[in-house]
Amino acid sequence: MSLKVVVDWDLCQDHGQCAFAAPEVFEIGADGRMHVLVEEPDESLRNKVEDAADVCPVQAITLQG
Amino acid sequence: MGAQRVLVVGAGMAGLRSAEGLRAHGFTGEILVVGDESWAPYNRPPLSKEALHGDLSHDKLVFRVRSNASDVDWRHGVSARRVDLEQRLVHLDDGEVVGYDALVAATGVSARRLQIPGPPQTAAGRRHVIRTLDDAIGLRAALVPDAKVVVLGAGFIGCEVAATAVKLGCEVHCVAIDPFPMVRPLGPELAAELQRRHEAHGVVFHLGVGVAEFVGDHHVTDVVLTDGTRLGTDVVLEALGSRCNVEWLEGNGLDLADGVLADTALRPVSESGALDGVAVVGDIARFPNLRFDERALRVEHWSIPTDTGRRAGAVLSAYLAGEGYDDVVAVSWEPLPSFWSDQFDIRLQSYGMPGLADPDGIRLLEGDLHDECVVGYHRGAELVGVVGVGMLRVVNSYRDKVGHPTPT
Repeated sequence: MSLKVVVDWDLCQDHGQCAFAAPEVFEIGADGRMHVLVEEPDESLRNKVEDAADVCPVQAITLQG
Repeated sequence: MGAQRVLVVGAGMAGLRSAEGLRAHGFTGEILVVGDESWAPYNRPPLSKEALHGDLSHDKLVFRVRSNASDVDWRHGVSARRVDLEQRLVHLDDGEVVGYDALVAATGVSARRLQIPGPPQTAAGRRHVIRTLDDAIGLRAALVPDAKVVVLGAGFIGCEVAATAVKLGCEVHCVAIDPFPMVRPLGPELAAELQRRHEAHGVVFHLGVGVAEFVGDHHVTDVVLTDGTRLGTDVVLEALGSRCNVEWLEGNGLDLADGVLADTALRPVSESGALDGVAVVGDIARFPNLRFDERALRVEHWSIPTDTGRRAGAVLSAYLAGEGYDDVVAVSWEPLPSFWSDQFDIRLQSYGMPGLADPDGIRLLEGDLHDECVVGYHRGAELVGVVGVGMLRVVNSYRDKVGHPTPT
């Protein structure tokens, strides 16, 4: 199964720390809200996505696969 | 020869990140984590914020564990009584003695209590602290509408709980010896502005005063302040900072004056030098950060357990493998501390070390102090910290400008 990024949008408070850990996958939009750029990132990005999940202050990011 | 064992003492965020860091850097031996709380590692910041008026359950707060660390052994409800760093033996409070090949010290901090006699320092005595989930569960039960709450201490935790208690319909008084709430490290101008916003929501501050007396037998009924003010109360929260849980490390020649003195490889430093095979992580680690200077500092920011845990994982994995250790130790490691705070509708986001600023080095960088803004904290010409009130995208744009990181 390929890597899949799941964000709990009820938890997300747009801190934006994920966008620094994995800019290929997460972005703070011009509207100030978080956006997932790639829901199923390449395996080579796994470590960065794990880092992004770690630094989420409200722990809204999980990985599947 | 059996498998190597790493013993992690402390089962909070720093202990978890250290275990994950060891696996991420290739350590395949045994990892045992022991911790005094009964819970698997969980996220503490919500305890004084949304969890205190929302869903306060371990399920909601528990950290995800990286799949690479699914084979880590956890023993909750057990603490270390002492360690013999020479013999590499940890004595647990259940009587067991555990040997190790490498040790991670991740025991964190406890809430500091006011040493003034009075009713029991328990929820039943109506004298609360907030550090653990159990503390938060006890406090939340007491924060009922119209309850009279006295918060002692006007740091971030005290102000967050004050804001949350107001939202829950409580009458809130906040007492501190400081001239403004959160004045260390925010500085007087921003602190005064935040005080004004708290007051607009109904928080009553008593600043520049201390506690003279707790009145009550079985539980506190009144708090008497040093200026003679008498506050009737249903709930007292002592939010007076922390004390480091380092007693178990005594007797090993370490510098335990403020947490544990360590080098940039997080090795504890004694008079005879840095100690290989041991790492100090999280709130108790007092380490130099060359992004700022060579002075070793303890940093109780949320980002530090993750940064130090990863660093410890890299250093100890190389040590145990006997490969590339000197190179890993020599790597320049200069984490950027960050924290946030939510109070009413105010979101504070900080990067760097605002507390290092010169007294006259605090300047408005963007926006309006009375609305959304970014404040810069300077030491000489150097930006050592930024704090945003709102303006997240703007304050985030200053991340790379804080301190003087060594070029890599």
